[in-house]
Amino acid sequence: MTLARRLIPPLVSGALFGAGLTLSGMTDPARVRGFLDLFGNWDPTLAFVMGGAVLVMAVAWRIRARMARPLFGKKFSLPGRGDLDPPLMVGSALFGIGWGIAGLCPGPAIASLALSPGAVLPFVAAMFAGMAMHRLWPAPHPLLDIRSVS
Amino acid sequence: MIAAFPDAQPLQGLAGGVLIGLAAALMLLGAGRIAGVSGIAARAARIADGDMAMTSAWGFLVGLPLGAALIALATDWRPAELAPWPVMVVAGLIVGIGTRMGSGCTSGHGVCGVSRFSQRSMVATATFMVAGIATVFLLSRIGGA
Repeated sequence: MTLARRLIPPLVSGALFGAGLTLSGMTDPARVRGFLDLFGNWDPTLAFVMGGAVLVMAVAWRIRARMARPLFGKKFSLPGRGDLDPPLMVGSALFGIGWGIAGLCPGPAIASLALSPGAVLPFVAAMFAGMAMHRLWPAPHPLLDIRSVS
Repeated sequence: MIAAFPDAQPLQGLAGGVLIGLAAALMLLGAGRIAGVSGIAARAARIADGDMAMTSAWGFLVGLPLGAALIALATDWRPAELAPWPVMVVAGLIVGIGTRMGSGCTSGHGVCGVSRFSQRSMVATATFMVAGIATVFLLSRIGGA
């Protein structure tokens, strides 16, 4: 039972997520870069994707506020930080640069392993390498440490 | 609107967005967690610490290509054109470092965080949007796009 409880909700969530990304065209870098091409031939599709997802989730957060525990789990495990720090800004800016270069973010990249495995594998492998590099990075002087604590 | 943006697919975008929202809602209300792809990927690879079970992290990650394959089979999906591999490697590295440093990506910050009005997520989302727009603009200027 524990195995099923731990596996099935995330598996179904991942499958819905991958289906949504593919249906909305977010696994096509040309469409993502079309959205980011604000000063060129702008394609607003991604705004509809974000809008649809955020609307549904806004309702979900209201439902969550009335729940003592998740349906298939013992407790909620949610981030609670509210402070703004340099790693958040620098990291997000770096992410945006990589997103603009390839037209891929982590979700569509991993979903694309089923669609264009050969072409997307270099991105996914490098992404995991980048994550590991960030973790293994030697800590600089504490005042200069821009790594996230999470 | 559609006449002004001939490439836009607002209905498919909205339908896909609703599916993504339902996916994130299932993760939140079912498993009690944020459906943040970069965080879950880092957890699955044991790069990030946390209390998410490996079974759950890998279940979510395996689900992504499964769902993508279902849509590809059920619709008139055509393969997308991806960048050459050296470009993919550079972009992937930057995305990997950036999402760890910034504690999230389009899913965790952009969908889950923004929808709960998290200050960190709204700032992160604005930052990666502006950085992405600036990058595509600069690349188009130097003829890379």
